[in-house]
Amino acid sequence: MQFMLLFSRQGKLRLQKWYVPLSDKEKKKITRELVQTVLARKPKMCSFLEWRDLKIVYKRYASLYFCCAIEDQDNELITLEIIHRYVELLDKYFGSVCELDIIFNFEKAYFILDEFLLGGEAQETSKKNVLKAIEQADLLQEYINDKLSRSVLPPLCLQ
Amino acid sequence: MSDVVEKTLTALPSLLSLDSQPGSAKLSSNSKLGNLIRGITELTSKHEEEKLIQRELLLIKEQVSSPNTTMRQMKELMVRAIYCEMLGYGVSFSYIHAIKLAQQGNVLEKRVGYLAVSLFLNEGHELLLLLVNTVLKDLQSTNLIEVCMALTVVSQMFPKDMIPAILPLVEEKLNHPKEIIRRKAVLALYKFYLIAPNQVQHIHNKFRKALCDKDPGVMSASLHIYLQLIQENPEGYKDLAPSFVTILKQVVGGKLPMDFNYHSVPAPWLQIHLLRILSLLGKNDQSTSEIMYEILDESLRRAEMNHNITYAILYECVKCIYTIHPKSDLLEKAAKCMGNFVLSPKINLKYLGLKALTYVVQQDPKLALQHQMTIIECLDHPDLIIKRETLELLFRITNDQNVTVIVEKMLDFLRISEDDHTTIDLVGKVAELAEKYFRTYAPDNEWFIDTMNTVFSLGGDLLQPDIPNSFLKLLSEGFDSVEEDKKLRLFAVNSYISLLQGDSSKLPQRFLQVICWVLGEYSHLREDLEPGVVVRLLAKLLDMKSSSSETKCWVLMAMTKLCPGGAALALVHDVSETYSSSLDTMLRQRAQELQILSQDSELQAKVLPRSASMEPVEVDSSLSFLDGFVSEALAAGAAPYKPPHQRQEELSRSKALNLEPYGLSLPISISSCSITDRQSPTLLSISSGLSGDSTDFSHKGSSTALKLDGVKRLWGRDGYLAQKEQTEEAPRIEAASAVRSADQLGDNNASNSQTPNPTPSPECDQEKQQLASSLFVGLASQSFLHQMGKSDPTSQRFRRKTKASGSAEQITDPLVSPSDGSDNLLYKSLLDSLDLDVSPPEQTAGLVAPNGSCDAEEEPADADVKEIETPPVRDERVTAEASPHDDPDGSKDPSLASHLPAELSALSHSKVTLLFSKQNLDVSACHVQKEDSVVLVVFISNCSDSFLQQIRLQVDSEELEVSCVSDCPSEELKSHSVAVCQYFLTVKRPSVHFDLSATVSWQPPAGLPLTTQFSYRLPLATFVRALKLSTEEYGAMWLAFSHDTKQNLTLIHDGWDPLAATLDVLKRKLQLHVVEIIGVEAIVACCLQQDQPCLMHCRMHAGMLAVWLRSPVPDLPDCLLYCCQRALQEL
Repeated sequence: MQFMLLFSRQGKLRLQKWYVPLSDKEKKKITRELVQTVLARKPKMCSFLEWRDLKIVYKRYASLYFCCAIEDQDNELITLEIIHRYVELLDKYFGSVCELDIIFNFEKAYFILDEFLLGGEAQETSKKNVLKAIEQADLLQEYINDKLSRSVLPPLCLQ
Repeated sequence: MSDVVEKTLTALPSLLSLDSQPGSAKLSSNSKLGNLIRGITELTSKHEEEKLIQRELLLIKEQVSSPNTTMRQMKELMVRAIYCEMLGYGVSFSYIHAIKLAQQGNVLEKRVGYLAVSLFLNEGHELLLLLVNTVLKDLQSTNLIEVCMALTVVSQMFPKDMIPAILPLVEEKLNHPKEIIRRKAVLALYKFYLIAPNQVQHIHNKFRKALCDKDPGVMSASLHIYLQLIQENPEGYKDLAPSFVTILKQVVGGKLPMDFNYHSVPAPWLQIHLLRILSLLGKNDQSTSEIMYEILDESLRRAEMNHNITYAILYECVKCIYTIHPKSDLLEKAAKCMGNFVLSPKINLKYLGLKALTYVVQQDPKLALQHQMTIIECLDHPDLIIKRETLELLFRITNDQNVTVIVEKMLDFLRISEDDHTTIDLVGKVAELAEKYFRTYAPDNEWFIDTMNTVFSLGGDLLQPDIPNSFLKLLSEGFDSVEEDKKLRLFAVNSYISLLQGDSSKLPQRFLQVICWVLGEYSHLREDLEPGVVVRLLAKLLDMKSSSSETKCWVLMAMTKLCPGGAALALVHDVSETYSSSLDTMLRQRAQELQILSQDSELQAKVLPRSASMEPVEVDSSLSFLDGFVSEALAAGAAPYKPPHQRQEELSRSKALNLEPYGLSLPISISSCSITDRQSPTLLSISSGLSGDSTDFSHKGSSTALKLDGVKRLWGRDGYLAQKEQTEEAPRIEAASAVRSADQLGDNNASNSQTPNPTPSPECDQEKQQLASSLFVGLASQSFLHQMGKSDPTSQRFRRKTKASGSAEQITDPLVSPSDGSDNLLYKSLLDSLDLDVSPPEQTAGLVAPNGSCDAEEEPADADVKEIETPPVRDERVTAEASPHDDPDGSKDPSLASHLPAELSALSHSKVTLLFSKQNLDVSACHVQKEDSVVLVVFISNCSDSFLQQIRLQVDSEELEVSCVSDCPSEELKSHSVAVCQYFLTVKRPSVHFDLSATVSWQPPAGLPLTTQFSYRLPLATFVRALKLSTEEYGAMWLAFSHDTKQNLTLIHDGWDPLAATLDVLKRKLQLHVVEIIGVEAIVACCLQQDQPCLMHCRMHAGMLAVWLRSPVPDLPDCLLYCCQRALQEL
């Protein structure tokens, strides 16, 4: 995997993880173009995109788009499932996750991602193990549950 | 969750204290971020956001640099900085603090510090070096979490050069009792392997251990490494195939813990990884493939069609089955499975089905037939991605019966596509199809020209430049039939005239250039067309604002070819007048040509003969027609031309001020000195780059036409030759029911039964059936099928044809006209570009004399020296080239050789060269090549009748180690006697030439002591010795050497075997040892004084000798390459 982007329906970037070394300028350019392209697509369209020389796999959960760039020989479907597994992990960790959880606790979302994908490769696919690792590191640290804002937004719908 | 917490608490008591700290600080810090985020969401304009963030950044900046900020606050600040960075604002000031936080914070703070580092910094960022110590410390920590964090950051980014510092620690972690640590260590090593494969070569056996790890997580992490390794070298890991099969069996059989299930499918990631590895191992290998048939079958069976994840596995299975050695019943199952994909209503599956089909039709085009109706539906799919993939599929099944329909579909898509990447790709494919099928079946001029016109218009200026080139090449080369060629050209001319008569302002520049060329070359074919008309049309292009100056060049060139009379001549005159003062030199040059040639029709006919585009251009790569100019320039004091290689060499050697006086540049050796050894680029490269330093086109030596003899003939009158042979051998007899006329299809419901999708309306159905019949015609029944795309290595558009025609070169640039009469015109532009240094030699001798005397003279080596008494010591330098053929009168005294010491006299020695002669003192020298060393012998002879006293000789060199074997026997030299000094020479660092500088001082009986400097030059070849090796030893050494260089050398074409002849010359001149000759390749070895080997790999390719040199010694390959070049040129 080359990079993963999370952005909102309004095109606001929520999370970015780059597994290939790129300059800040390139990153910004790619993000801008890609967000535009993905947002322009209609809901019933294919989740895969050929974009430049990359393959983009994206999926929308509620108001958030999860978007991964993979190489040509990579399996598109399993990448979709990587996204799904990540959402499952977030859901389990935050407890019915919504966009605001990720906005306000983005560093946690990064920690979970790092336990799940390392250097662009699926590191640990057992959900239990990933969460165990996160919780161990988390210790008893409580994150601030912004219940107020949570009630405003719908949870990301997990099928 | 509670038990996890409990475990953690007992395992990590050291961290307990943290949690007992009051949480108020956390609360407030979190709310700071919260405030920021809320603040931003409330804003309405981008401008306001910018202001807010800038304020925030100032605040953060102030706080991070304050010494009172605690690590806890720092952690919170970093989180905010990360947030600002995500919004696209620069936070580079905080990078260093992120590193500090990772270094100094407690576990929680450290974690944020590491996270910030991994988000902020790039792999190559210099600040990462500061992280190395922190990582090192954390890797040794007893706290598991710290170790985990260190490994996590290392697996994401680490400075390549610092890997050795932490490698032992990471390796050690492979044996750690905790599986999470082992897993992360494996991934860290994977990362190291990706960025610096050499560093981890020694731990390959540990990878095997990781593969056998009892924890499935560690094992599956190790598969990343294996996938990479096997991709690079499948042969090396065949022995692991049974193990991979066994693992896959266990996984599929549900032997893994339930934790690894994903939607009740056992470890799908692991399965997919294994399938990819197996397909790499089984490719083109029947015996390895056989052991995986069973498990592939089982995987297909077990994966039920119910969830994305099983589709993912099935897709990978299908790909694997079609990649490995085929087995018919598996292929059948895979095809069926793929059919389900294609027919699926889920769009993602449909896409993958098409993709798989594209991959598979190359082996079995009949599969496309089964799905023809679905494919046709996909062709009209609203999602462009699906459409695009369908076109890709059609591209692969193109044959000469359906090509027109498929090309039409592709052009339709191009008209609506807005994506540049897709446009470039598709345009290339259309051009490829058009060109290929135009060549293979009955030429249809109209179709071809129209298609290409659309390609040029749609492709615009994104078009790859080789498309217009090969199109023009095809036009100019034509086919065997002169009549047909003429028709095609005439059609093109007509088509372009009518295009130009319309609105030409919308046409892309590249297209206009093509039009210009065609009209310039062929508009005379249309007899009713006055050249004046064409000129006027072309002149219109010049006036268009959108025309680039490159296009204008093409226009002027076309006008030059047209040579109109009458009124148009005045127009031409005006045009050339206007552009001859253009700022663009190219354009000015064209205008000049136009001016001169339009006035002199005789010259025009000679320079640009009609029908000459068929004849190959004679490329005079030695530029011999410039010899006169060169010798004039040299006589006027220009420096002789040096090939770029040598220039580079000298530049690097003489970074300091040049302290040597320039040699006299008399016209003595002009004719011979530089013309032969000039490494001249071909006319081709001159025209494109106008630079003398393109070493890539190293056609050297005598004048040659383009050498294309060695190129395999791929294309002939009937298309792709190899393909045709193959298809002739294997006609498909199992002709399926593919060629059906539309009405037949309508009647025949059997074909419909293959496609379960009900078709919406009979009318629409009819239409689609028609389309189907035209698209899939010839797929199964035809005796041949032209498969295009990836599996076809010849599908690239860059093809050299066996017919060496100059027209391609001519097309590349309008500069080069195809006749030999062009030199008077090209002369000027060529001269401008030649790398001749025409500045007069500087008189620096006065500056050179270190003692400040300013009247030192330059003198030729053998001039008589008249000594003037005034300066007490005089410094003068004379140079002599040691190469024997250089100065015939240098060896004044052949008897000097008899003074050679006895132990050396038996060995071969170079000619004794007189270095200087002054005041009755002669100094000569030669060098003797011993088996393992080189000895310099200097003869000092006293020709006077009196004693010479206090004779001292000192020899130095920058590149050579000089040790004195025997010095002057005495400080006195009797009259008419010779003193002999020997110096032992060893190479310090390789160089093309080794310059020895020597100082000799002596005291004549009457007068002041005298000093003279002289130099002596040895070629590298003096030090090169054969290195006797076996092929195996050679192979082992080849891999170990790091410095290398590659270049093409001229082959020597005498006798029957150019390779052997060339190697023979190298062997003779440079003492290289030819290890083995294998076909068109040869391996050669030599060494510089025993301990500095250099290996050479030669391959005959396209009439050149491609050499690749490798050595552990820097610069040696380059220098040796230069010597080889010289050796081959000096024949």
